[in-house]
Amino acid sequence: MAITAKVVDRPTDEVSYVRATLSGLANTFRHLVDPHKVTVQYPEEQWPVSPRWRGTHRMLTTETGAAKCVACGLCPTVCPANCIKLVPGEDATGNRYPLIFEIDEFRCIFCGYCQEVCPEEAIHLGRHFENAEYSRDRFVYDLARLTSQTHEVSELWDPAHPTGE
Amino acid sequence: MIVPAFASVVDPQLPPSTGVFVVASLIKMVVVFTVYMVSVAMLTLAERKISAWIQDRRGPNRAGPMGLLQPAADGVKNIMKEETYPDAADRVLFVLAPALAFIPAMITWAVIPLGSPLPTPWGRIDLVVADLPIGFLFTLAISSLGVYGIVLAGWASNSKYSLLGGLRSSAQMVSYEISMGLGAIAVLLLAGNVSIDTIIQQQATQGWNVFLLSIACFVFIIASFAETNRLPFDMPEAESELVAGYHAEYSAMKFSLFFIAEYANMITASALIVTLFFGGWDIPFTLWDNTAPWSPLKSALTFGAFVTKLAFFLFFFMWIRWTLPRFRYDQLMSLGWKLLLPLSLVYVVLIAALSLALDRAGVGRGPLFGVILFGINIVLVGLLAFIADRGRLVSPATSRLDRRRVAALQSRVPPVVPASGAD
Repeated sequence: MAITAKVVDRPTDEVSYVRATLSGLANTFRHLVDPHKVTVQYPEEQWPVSPRWRGTHRMLTTETGAAKCVACGLCPTVCPANCIKLVPGEDATGNRYPLIFEIDEFRCIFCGYCQEVCPEEAIHLGRHFENAEYSRDRFVYDLARLTSQTHEVSELWDPAHPTGE
Repeated sequence: MIVPAFASVVDPQLPPSTGVFVVASLIKMVVVFTVYMVSVAMLTLAERKISAWIQDRRGPNRAGPMGLLQPAADGVKNIMKEETYPDAADRVLFVLAPALAFIPAMITWAVIPLGSPLPTPWGRIDLVVADLPIGFLFTLAISSLGVYGIVLAGWASNSKYSLLGGLRSSAQMVSYEISMGLGAIAVLLLAGNVSIDTIIQQQATQGWNVFLLSIACFVFIIASFAETNRLPFDMPEAESELVAGYHAEYSAMKFSLFFIAEYANMITASALIVTLFFGGWDIPFTLWDNTAPWSPLKSALTFGAFVTKLAFFLFFFMWIRWTLPRFRYDQLMSLGWKLLLPLSLVYVVLIAALSLALDRAGVGRGPLFGVILFGINIVLVGLLAFIADRGRLVSPATSRLDRRRVAALQSRVPPVVPASGAD
């Protein structure tokens, strides 16, 4: 393919600085009196978060209130950041459940693999990002904290989209 | 001496006795200083608000209603911060420089009249801290001192960026001081006196100097921008080149003082522009406010007129700052030496010849004098605009390439490039 040159219709050297200055002043003045401002007053107003936003984790529960997790060990295996600590246990009827399930939110890279790999749809990422704390150890979320959170969970893909599943 | 002076009631229209004068001067000093410092604080807020609005933002609005307590918050922050001293700095000058930058801006205010004289039971009080008979020369002398603070700050910091900032500042001040002085000489030619009171009275009778001496006003305003180191002339602190320029090594309240000095200079420059070219406290189109008998109502109204004009110019300073980009240093120098200086020189000669000719022709210094000067002024401004803008004032702001050249360039057959192996 031959190379083509795009000739741009640029102003030549003889330009009027007086007019340019005046039109610049008029432009800034228009913005000055324009009541429309783009600032979002953050704590009071917030932008909507995308349904695919991957934020703070949640563990979903069954009707009885127990975590859905069956301690299969897939999420700590798939986790690229190695931020999930899982110690499995077994009850009298032989059902597996997590003795310890901790997620270190500092190590987490919010890739969403844990949610994708979970066979029970138990661990989810959430549409939530305001997780400030006063100490570092508060960022290791244990099972009780993961199950007690109520924010909406993330949709990793759009089910309506033709390529989504 | 003072108590009996207040006990005796004198004619309110006559100058007061010495004792009353001393007490009144002290009160005026305290009031002017307080109002001045508060307006400097408010200006820092105004600057941030106006910059925000121009950029479609909201500006500070968390501290107090509409962000009105923001200056207080900034002040507290700056006082609480740590004072740092560079190892190799000259301690004495390093500490002295911020004060030297700030004080001249404030001293200039002593001679600026804020309104018509106020009659009181103890005599007539002029609304000016010190009514110097050489008021205008005083402002010129003091405003030149402002550069010392900046140069000393640059030198005492012992840092290359600071030094360059200080050097730039002094070069800039020297270049623009001349044009500023020459621009103001035209005013003195019309007033025939260097007392600021006379200059205001002259503008009340002949018309504001901005309409009689537009070119001098133009030169003076541009030079004022350069003298206050405001954009587009903020070369001494050019952030993108010199980190922060002359105050790069300063912290805490010493840094804050430079900031205060900048706004203080801005108020002073605006006050000078208003006084010399926009009639000072004169209310336009009327003469009743300029003549005795004086009354408190007149004082209040003329003070209001002065503050309104001042506020407009403060806004103008900020408006320009958030519109225009910074000059390159050679552009700054060529504007100062190649345009403003010859222009103001020629203009002074022209105005001197004109007023001499009008005096010889028997036209008294009155309204008629003003009308004739106004007519001539319009011609001169048109001429200057035409020359300075290279005849492009009425044509489009930018001239496009010739259409035929564009067509020729676009239809040109592009050179054949040998195809590479991969493609």
